[in-house]
Amino acid sequence: MSPPGWGGNLLRGLFNSVLIAAGAYSIGIMVGIAGAFGKLYGGPVLRDLLELYTTIVRAVPELVLILLLYFAGTDLINRLLEAFGYQRIDINGLVAGICVLGIVQGAYSTEVIRGAILAIPQGQIEAARAYGMSPGLLLRRITLPAMLPFAIPGLANLWLIATKDTALLAIVGFNELTQETRTAASTTKAYFTFFLVAGALYLLLTLFSNVIIARVEKWARRGMHVESH
Amino acid sequence: MAEPATARLVDAGARASLWLQPHRIGLIAVGVVLVVCAALFMRWDWLPNYYGLALEGIWRTLWILVVTCVLGFMLAVPIGLVQVTGPRWLSVPAYWFCTVIRGTPLLLQLWFLYYGLGSLFPQYPWIRESFLWPYLRQAWPYAVLSLTLSYAAYEGEVMRGAFAGVARGQLEAARAFGMSRWKVFRRIWLPQAIYRALPTLTGETVLQLKATPLVATITVVDIYAVASRVRQSTFIVYEPLLLLAVVYLCITGILVFAFRKLEARIPARLG
Repeated sequence: MSPPGWGGNLLRGLFNSVLIAAGAYSIGIMVGIAGAFGKLYGGPVLRDLLELYTTIVRAVPELVLILLLYFAGTDLINRLLEAFGYQRIDINGLVAGICVLGIVQGAYSTEVIRGAILAIPQGQIEAARAYGMSPGLLLRRITLPAMLPFAIPGLANLWLIATKDTALLAIVGFNELTQETRTAASTTKAYFTFFLVAGALYLLLTLFSNVIIARVEKWARRGMHVESH
Repeated sequence: MAEPATARLVDAGARASLWLQPHRIGLIAVGVVLVVCAALFMRWDWLPNYYGLALEGIWRTLWILVVTCVLGFMLAVPIGLVQVTGPRWLSVPAYWFCTVIRGTPLLLQLWFLYYGLGSLFPQYPWIRESFLWPYLRQAWPYAVLSLTLSYAAYEGEVMRGAFAGVARGQLEAARAFGMSRWKVFRRIWLPQAIYRALPTLTGETVLQLKATPLVATITVVDIYAVASRVRQSTFIVYEPLLLLAVVYLCITGILVFAFRKLEARIPARLG
């Protein structure tokens, strides 16, 4: 019942899970910002393509997308490398997992950020344009900070989804927390104990994230008009 | 009588031409070319062999979706209600149930129930002798249970908000009319909460559909498991996965359409 060393494996799995979640989340936010701007200010073709992207990603199960992107992505990169005369490379599972989950997260954060930008009082953006700010400066100084309070509840939710979606990579065989747990459990036959411990670890991660999110939300809302009910 | 009909027809025509802008025609043409290329140049010869199995898989996916959503919703109503109005010894466990289920991955819950509980059960002779044993040895009860609990937790949180959002005055008015507490719940509180929860219900149901392929990991043969089987036995990778994505897109489309029809039937005037 007490095999030495499995605790370390679980913690390593947890670390990997957090790493993937953080990486995927950052990629997702970058894709989301680009996607939201494309949807709001882009041309008609770009807008339709982005609509297609968000609709398909949000309608097809993550598991299917992960398999499709994982197989297709690694295959495509290797074929491109071969076509240009380079050696085939063995793509790191960690990087592939981060990219695939990042693309999935990007679709959701596109919608969140688009909604948040639409919630900014239009006068603020017009005033910045009237000052002659370039689009880049406008984005950095006005749009991104002003949309943050509106986007944070949605983005916080996406972070929690990202931490839980890392479990799906267990099916592709990546050694994150769920996969490590299954290995440990099937080796020691103590299924009940190990899955309980892994659940507790995930729960702790969620509760800890909730505390941080509450702090960040308070910070992002500083100086905003507080509605009194 | 004829005039409004033609007006509506003209209106629909205008909307269609608005939707069918020139660049969209180009995009549709590209899409059609891609589909034709996929049909011509990819391998579909496995399809006749797995046709029956695939239909069975789709049927099982839909069956799991409907059963778990209905059962989950029936659980979600009391879970939401006790958190708003219940005594502490009911509201605290309900709160923690939602937190724990929403804070851990569904895949882990599924494996915990199937491998964890499943490995404990055979140790107790009275469970092995009970009439439930033939079911407990199969995989689908665990799949249904874990998906139901998951849906109940997510939807319970939504129902909590919906119950809390119904205006106090309406409930007080109903009480003042001399309705019993049960009647107030049945006639005023529950219907209004469901109207409020309906838009999020669509999203939750689509999420539930997207969670169903996880049951393939505990040997339930749904449509996802059929696609994996094709991949393993024929070494064809992309075609089954692409077809699978299309199947899920179709089911999602039908779900969203059905819920939109349902929403349109309900008078949307909230107090």
